[in-house]
Amino acid sequence: MIPSTAVNYWPLLGVAIVVAGFALRRNPVLVVIVAGLVSGLAAGFGPGELLALLGTAFIENRALLMFLLTLPAVGLLERYGLRERARDWIAGFRRMNLARFQIAYLAVRQLTSMAGLTHVAGHAQTVRPLAAPMSEAAAERELGPLSPAERDRVRATTAATDNIGLFFGEDVFVAIGAVLLIQGFFARNGIVLEPLTIALWALPTALAAFAIHALRLWLFRRALLRSRNTQAAADAAD
Amino acid sequence: MLRIEYLYALIAALLACTALFNLRERRFAMAAFWVILAAPFALGDTILAAARDGLAWPSQAAGIGVIALGLLAAGGRLGSEPDTAEAAAERRAAARRLGNRLFWPALSIPVLTLALFFGGGHLGWNGRPLLDPKALTLSALALASLIALGAALRVTRAPPLQALGEGRRLVDALGWAILLPMVLATLGGVFAATGVGEAVAELIGMVIPTGNRIACLLAFAFGMVFFTVIMGNAFAAFPVMMAGIGLPLLIRQHGADPALLGAVGMLTGYCGTLLTPMAANFNIVPAVLLELPDQHAVIRAQIGTALPLLAFNIALMAWLVFR
Repeated sequence: MIPSTAVNYWPLLGVAIVVAGFALRRNPVLVVIVAGLVSGLAAGFGPGELLALLGTAFIENRALLMFLLTLPAVGLLERYGLRERARDWIAGFRRMNLARFQIAYLAVRQLTSMAGLTHVAGHAQTVRPLAAPMSEAAAERELGPLSPAERDRVRATTAATDNIGLFFGEDVFVAIGAVLLIQGFFARNGIVLEPLTIALWALPTALAAFAIHALRLWLFRRALLRSRNTQAAADAAD
Repeated sequence: MLRIEYLYALIAALLACTALFNLRERRFAMAAFWVILAAPFALGDTILAAARDGLAWPSQAAGIGVIALGLLAAGGRLGSEPDTAEAAAERRAAARRLGNRLFWPALSIPVLTLALFFGGGHLGWNGRPLLDPKALTLSALALASLIALGAALRVTRAPPLQALGEGRRLVDALGWAILLPMVLATLGGVFAATGVGEAVAELIGMVIPTGNRIACLLAFAFGMVFFTVIMGNAFAAFPVMMAGIGLPLLIRQHGADPALLGAVGMLTGYCGTLLTPMAANFNIVPAVLLELPDQHAVIRAQIGTALPLLAFNIALMAWLVFR
């Protein structure tokens, strides 16, 4: 095991392997496992000890795959036209456009996340079946059919909106993991803090995240409109 | 009580079905991948209990399974089969026939998750709670998914087996990307056990001019981003950077406000989460789910928000943290 007097630098090889794996574009899963093995061996773990550590850590984190249980329902509804229906529904709103829909989604996601409801929405549960097709429909209301490249950008932006709403809402809620992690870290080091004071300091960043991303969503719609208009002008000039 | 173990058993069943489908199509490597992944879900509690009793081989076998998954992942592909015109026409016809009834099962996932999260503590039978109070949100999500599945079967009148086939289609499309969050969390555990954090802290202490508080602050902020990018998770980066720079230099030496530094420091790490393929469940999985040809399309859509927000966070800390 690690001697307590001097710091052992060899486990840093694991960090170097992650960086190298990134640069060489190797499969991330394999890179991460190799990094863990190298880091463990460099720290002086025996092979048996290291395998057991790998196995138990993996099992302890299996809750991360709970979202798989949403997939049969989502997949089935999709096969029966859920995404097409979501598209038609949004297209029926007269004052709807891409930026309005996406900013509204950002606001809802951020507010529910602030209330601690982080699993209510997500890429499998809401983005793929609902939010992405609705964004496409909102864009198509103004622009007509989207090109594949435009459609992909609309989808990617919707996924990004879900992430940003989730990340920069959740820390404002006091009982969420991050706030408790921060409080716990300080408590172990003799600094006692109320979770509420930590959570309140997450508020300025939450507001900034909303403002910056909402502005970008607004600019994204405008850029799509503009590229269509210049294209139409070019077509008319021909 | 609906123990979280039963829900893991359901996931194991879904993964085993995916393996069977692959086996039938003679895709043996993918079949092996899903079978090995099903094992920790089917046997997880037993293995952890054995490890607590000092019996090492089951968890060591799980460790070998993790390595095997990594090797199989390296050969696997991501992405779904291309959509056919026929399938698209069928979907449109079904959408017209079923109309808004399609929404109820889909919306019931978020709505029931919400309701079960708030009401689940009161639901019970003979004084025993229905949902596991230690994993309330996850059990709520899982139970909501099952009820939604029942509703979806009713609305579409599809045979139940078809639901398994559709679930399999999505699981297969996600492929190895499913695994990355779990192995990264595992790597976080290994790094913590091997003292990577202490080593980094030592190194950074040698490099930066520790007397300059803004230099320390920048090292802390960019260190949070760098480690979050490497680990895919700000939670793993936080103790490393806080122990290395935040606590000894910024708080103890320069008198920074711990509540502000902790909160904004963590959120600075989240800016890194927006930039990294290692945060697979946020950045790679959705790209696959949304059938984007570029795996990094979601990250590209986030850079423009992440960088200004990073600048905002650094400015906020520089302005207020040393008051």
